[in-house]
Amino acid sequence: MENGGLMHTLAFFLLSGITLAAAMGVVFKRNLVHSAFLLSVTFLGVAGLYMTLQAEFMAAVQALVYSGAVAVLVVIGVMLTHRQQMSRSNPPNKMLLVGALAALSVVGAIVWAILATPWKVGKGSVVTAGDIGRRFLTDFAPPFEAVALLLLAALIGAVVLFKGGKAQS
Amino acid sequence: MQESASLWVGLGRAIKQAVLAATGAPWVAELVHTLAGVVGILSIILLSALVLVYLERKVCAWMQMRLGPNRLGPYGIFQTIADIIKLMTKEDIQPAQVSPVMWGLAPVLLFMAAMTTYAVIPFDAGVIFADLNIGIFFFVAVGSQATLPMLMAGWASNNKYAMVGGMRTVAQMISYEIPLVFSLLGVVMITGSMKMSDIVKAQEGLWFIVTQPIAFVVYLIASVAETNRTPFDLVEAESELVAGPFTEYSGMRWAYFFLAEYAFMVGASCIAATLFLGGWNGPFLPGWIWFFIKVAAMIFLFMWFRWTFPRIRVDQLMSFGWKVLLPLSIVNVVVTGIGLWLFFPLV
Repeated sequence: MENGGLMHTLAFFLLSGITLAAAMGVVFKRNLVHSAFLLSVTFLGVAGLYMTLQAEFMAAVQALVYSGAVAVLVVIGVMLTHRQQMSRSNPPNKMLLVGALAALSVVGAIVWAILATPWKVGKGSVVTAGDIGRRFLTDFAPPFEAVALLLLAALIGAVVLFKGGKAQS
Repeated sequence: MQESASLWVGLGRAIKQAVLAATGAPWVAELVHTLAGVVGILSIILLSALVLVYLERKVCAWMQMRLGPNRLGPYGIFQTIADIIKLMTKEDIQPAQVSPVMWGLAPVLLFMAAMTTYAVIPFDAGVIFADLNIGIFFFVAVGSQATLPMLMAGWASNNKYAMVGGMRTVAQMISYEIPLVFSLLGVVMITGSMKMSDIVKAQEGLWFIVTQPIAFVVYLIASVAETNRTPFDLVEAESELVAGPFTEYSGMRWAYFFLAEYAFMVGASCIAATLFLGGWNGPFLPGWIWFFIKVAAMIFLFMWFRWTFPRIRVDQLMSFGWKVLLPLSIVNVVVTGIGLWLFFPLV
């Protein structure tokens, strides 16, 4: 297909636009629930970008784990912010200068990391789920196990918190 | 088998060649070919919903020793058409104080998620919209997006019953997604691929329901819960929540929810037929007819569950999902792994 390049570029800009617009919405929306739902749009946009990079597995994980978890975020947001009016649940504050400084330093760090990384053009081979799994169980086994342990601890912690613990006797 | 498969593939190719001859532009032909696939999927969903609404009522009536719809046309087969006309002409009521954009978007988004899952369902040899490398995982990932529109509908309706229904959706669908994924993992481990065509090809000799019976049962139960059908229809439990997230919807908006629900049920049946019942493999008949028979059998099973099991309680739902289904599916993965290691040692 000779139009492959054009379509690819079009898809990239469309998905980037959606992702960025939704991300702006997450920050500027006054309603916490609207912000959370827009966050899901952002995640799906990023999943689409992964798709254009032929990282299908990453795209599916992004949709399943991140966008799927937004539902939980909404529930927590609604349950924990006891407000009569959800439209005022994401209030602005007077920390404009500090916020801008923090945001700029994060942007600076990311830009520096991008510029400092020597980007290599890959051989165009598609990384499959099998490749990722193999690397997880060979080269990256220790960090993988460490993350698993961390998640297990979080899981047990959540159960303990939920149970509330019996009064110490 | 190859020549029988060529009926639908051949149709697609014929359309492509006709457009190519008419316009002379390959990208137009490519576009029309893709759109033909989309139209095909859409017509499968709409037609199956049309038939299934009627069938559900007939099966229900049969199990309860009634006649079911029998007034409109022979055996009442035009009942669904009358229902559709009713739904389309019904007044669209938007309650006061709803969040209009989210309230309106929720049914559409749910249907979109349902329809997108059909992209990876292999109806016959070569008849699959996108034979992705991650095939079955794509189905799970897109299917999981159904949680959010349900919660959205529940929250935006500004109704306490709808909100409780939305909350229940989150608890139920996220809990049952995990055993669902783990049950599919056994099949993926044996096949060594998540590609749908590879999974079907691996079952030419033996269906995976024989080697993975526990996974099949876990998948069946979890997918009934994922599609919110009785005995797991706590989300819309009529006796306590009016209709859950759908309470404030009427007319075609409500019909969209219904359509999405049936689309998810057919999709879950298609995946069961593909992963456990051999997909389009079968003797004598063309592949798509075999696939149709298997999917129909699965749908009947879903209906059978619906009309013979009572609805379970929320706490039973949660403890069953986390304490029975999840350990069972993990044990299945471990046993499958040990079996593969013993009998088919990897290089």
